[in-house]
Amino acid sequence: MRITCPLCGERDLREFSYTGSDDYLKRPDHEASIDALDAHLHLRTNPAGETRDLWYHDACGAWIVAERNTITHEIHATTLVAEAGA
Amino acid sequence: MRLSKGGLIDRSAEISFQFDDQWYRGHPGDTLASALLANDVRLVGRSFKYHRPRGVLTAGSEEPNALVHIGKGAAKTPNIRATAQELYQGLYATSQNAWPSLKWDVMEANNALAPFLGAGFYYKTFMWPRSFWERVYEPFIRRAAGLGGLSGQPDPDLYEKAFAQCDLLVIGAGPTGLMAALTAARAGADVILADENERFGGRLLSETGTLDGKSGADWVASVVAELTAMDNVRLMTRTTVTGAYDGGTYGALERVSHHLADTPAGLPLECFWRIAAKRTVLAAGALERPIAFPNNDRPGIMLASAVRSYVNRYAVSPGKTVAVFGNNDDAHQTVRDLQAAGVEVVALIDSRAGAGTGLDVPTYAGQTVTGTKGRLGLFEIALSSGQAIQADCLAVSGGWNPSVHMACHMNGRPEWRADIASFVPRENMVPGMIAAGACNGDFSTAACLRAGIAAATAALGDLRMTAPEIDAPEAEDAPYALEPLWQVPGKGRAWLDFQNDVTTKDIKQAARENMVSVEHMKRYTTQGMATDQGKNSNVGALAVLADATGRGIPETGTTTFRPPYVPVALSALGAGARGKGFAPERLTTSHAATVQANAPMIEAGLWYRPSYFPKPSETHWRQSCDREVGYVRNAVGVCDVSTLGKIDLKGPDAGKFLDFVYANTFSTLKPGKVRYGLMLREDGFVMDDGTTARLGEDHYLMTTTTAAAGQVMKHLDYVQQLHAREMKVRFTSVTEHWAQFAVAGPKARALLNALLDAPVTDAEFPFMGCAPVSVGGIAGRLFRISFSGEHAYEIAVPARYGDALFRDLVARAEGLGGGAYGMEALNVLRIEKGFITHSEIHGRVTADDIGFGQMVSAKKDCIGKLASTRPGLHGPEREQLVGLKPAGAVKMMPPGAHLFEQGAEAVRVNSQGYVTSAGFSPTLGTTLALGFLKDGRARHGEVIEVVDHLREVKALAEVCDPVFFDPDGGRVRG
Repeated sequence: MRITCPLCGERDLREFSYTGSDDYLKRPDHEASIDALDAHLHLRTNPAGETRDLWYHDACGAWIVAERNTITHEIHATTLVAEAGA
Repeated sequence: MRLSKGGLIDRSAEISFQFDDQWYRGHPGDTLASALLANDVRLVGRSFKYHRPRGVLTAGSEEPNALVHIGKGAAKTPNIRATAQELYQGLYATSQNAWPSLKWDVMEANNALAPFLGAGFYYKTFMWPRSFWERVYEPFIRRAAGLGGLSGQPDPDLYEKAFAQCDLLVIGAGPTGLMAALTAARAGADVILADENERFGGRLLSETGTLDGKSGADWVASVVAELTAMDNVRLMTRTTVTGAYDGGTYGALERVSHHLADTPAGLPLECFWRIAAKRTVLAAGALERPIAFPNNDRPGIMLASAVRSYVNRYAVSPGKTVAVFGNNDDAHQTVRDLQAAGVEVVALIDSRAGAGTGLDVPTYAGQTVTGTKGRLGLFEIALSSGQAIQADCLAVSGGWNPSVHMACHMNGRPEWRADIASFVPRENMVPGMIAAGACNGDFSTAACLRAGIAAATAALGDLRMTAPEIDAPEAEDAPYALEPLWQVPGKGRAWLDFQNDVTTKDIKQAARENMVSVEHMKRYTTQGMATDQGKNSNVGALAVLADATGRGIPETGTTTFRPPYVPVALSALGAGARGKGFAPERLTTSHAATVQANAPMIEAGLWYRPSYFPKPSETHWRQSCDREVGYVRNAVGVCDVSTLGKIDLKGPDAGKFLDFVYANTFSTLKPGKVRYGLMLREDGFVMDDGTTARLGEDHYLMTTTTAAAGQVMKHLDYVQQLHAREMKVRFTSVTEHWAQFAVAGPKARALLNALLDAPVTDAEFPFMGCAPVSVGGIAGRLFRISFSGEHAYEIAVPARYGDALFRDLVARAEGLGGGAYGMEALNVLRIEKGFITHSEIHGRVTADDIGFGQMVSAKKDCIGKLASTRPGLHGPEREQLVGLKPAGAVKMMPPGAHLFEQGAEAVRVNSQGYVTSAGFSPTLGTTLALGFLKDGRARHGEVIEVVDHLREVKALAEVCDPVFFDPDGGRVRG
């Protein structure tokens, strides 16, 4: 698989590590309910198809949101988390 | 038998080689198979199960029979296909799967037992008694089965891996691939053309047809010459593309030196490539398929296309009297080529009624071959008419199977085309790949040439490049005329999968036993599961299954095509990752001095750190360790701590950022001070700990543990980029930039003041102070921090001065009655003080568990704060950090041992906790341990049982505070 780092360009999958859904962008603060935190930490949809998830480019330290398809493994777009908006 | 003329071999040179310790001769340009056939060696191996005598079937990498060992001793490589092994001077090959010899193989007895060894026999036969499973049956099956043997010694050969990118990857360099590559290359695209053969050309080298009036080989040479001259083209011979993966990534195996008699030093045997291609043209060609007629596996029976290859390319006739059997016009071409080469053709058997040829050969239209004779080699065939014909070679053609494999590697299934009775790829089964030519069902040379141009033109369009005007050369354009013929009924077994000994009978039996799904049939009969992956036989087998189950072939479907297309040695896939190549080594600046001191090294992640520094008089590591602990407690010790992660943070919001990533507060830390910090994961568990120094108003230096340095750096990136984007802070790892040494012990300040350009005092440099210092004119940093509980410092200088400073510090320490100490002593010192490492913060403990619950600041949010308040993550029901002291005769408390109440049965449900760290404290004269115990903080003074089932240790221990030594911390401030 090839992933395009918005900073470095297209790179081999092995330069990246996968973290999980872009739900992690919506962090509940310390005044939120435990249930909201539990959902944030542990509850995920498991879509067959389009998904947005977080990858780390180990080489340059950029966190990336990848829009991709879990069936075809196609990656439609990658954006820097810093520019993606919560 | 070598023909007197023709072929692409170099007759001016001779090559001597050995097969089963007999010397033979061949020519450059030969494969091992063609050279053996030239020497009339027809018997080359034994089959897998029945040990049937076998000969060469094909002339390519799909060969199921002619597998041999190449080389001797440790360099012996098994299962090399003689049909793909280039001949070289001194080549040493031996046959496989036969004992005592290829001609007299004891295990041929299996052939007589065939009625009992049919499909699934091992599921039925080796059932009783159960005690025989491992002691009798398995050794027996392992001895009987299997093909090549390994040397049992470490592989001395070198392997390499490599990476490449291109606009267009062309897989296969036959007429289609060459035209595709030429078209794209002339358009200026970066092209990689890969072919598994040592020469480009594919079937053009084996056929007699012409292109623009030139011979196939001459036309190929002209195209290759043009491509070679272009710097946007990479030509890869001896390179088999083995798999298609996501995003246009392809694996490819280059056989770099299998063909060399003397491999130059440093040249690898094989190289595994990963090729990233924007577009791909699959021009993998097609493989001829056999026909399943009774006893169709004798040496001398081979595919018609292979016979043409041997005659036309290698100038070898596989027999003196050849018969040809087919269901299509290719059989006729075989007769023509053999006759042109002067070989006697005794019969053409064409299963199609009314097939006429106009050839001067006895023709048997509408007939089939129904049997063969000849134990170690064919000498007679029987026809359906009952007639017997003497022949020592039978060329068979059942039609062609397009090599769709690569197009199906991403789980696509090919579609059936009834007109050619074959499977072809569907469009876009692999994104970016276009299948063209014979692998797409175009079987004439002219159609292939046109398809190559069309495929490259389409790919260039995708790449927004302009295809050049290019004309396909004039070439043979005969229609492909075939009448399907999969099996011929008759007495005797008819083989489908030659390598795994699967016959039509096995497929029918599988169907009878309800293994009607093609995937079940495959696994039940082992059809297509050998090293050739059924390249010749899978389609035939499913045709037989379709027939046996009364379904059509398209309804029956194919099994799944998976990489690799040809066998790939693990040594090639894992190239470079043997021994020291398995992981990079990180060495500290004190490494050379440490090695000189004969310190045994231990690995800490990728780092190498000294265990201890032995003295000549010491015979046991404990003696060294105890002495080094004494240095620190009584004089001064020096230890390299550069492996700890160091992260430099700057910016007006650096303090605020640290408040957010640490559980405790750092924005209130005064410049020139250091503070211990605890870092949580978002789920509330402890991630890491360490000290962070405030070097200036907007400048902090964080240290992490050695183990978690990478994880923490990634975490900081995560926190900043996801949740702290508005904060003005930048940070970078400076772990490698600074050499840092602990100088610990009552004489630490005396040592440093002799070294520093300006001495330090306790008043201006109290515990947890930090400041820039000058060491012999070099700007360094000094931190008064301690991981031993003693009056201690860590001194840092730019890494290039690390070696000199370490040697100087150790020499000065030795002058004060101390010296260097290693990890063993460091561990004892920190256990004496109850300081934690990742043995304790192993990912399942919370701040409260280690007694640091109050460090989670109530005044601010931080990562992990909300989660750490969750029920169940704090309180007496959890296992809490405690110290353990021996309370009985047995003093051992091994890490990993579990803790039980006295008298409770030592089983998991009764476990109250476990030991995490232990060591002998020379300071206190006893073994000490740290561990976690349920409600441990409330149980100090209680005596519990320590049980280690693995090491068979049972001991009593008293629970106590984890700080064993100097609980008031007076020494660290002294």
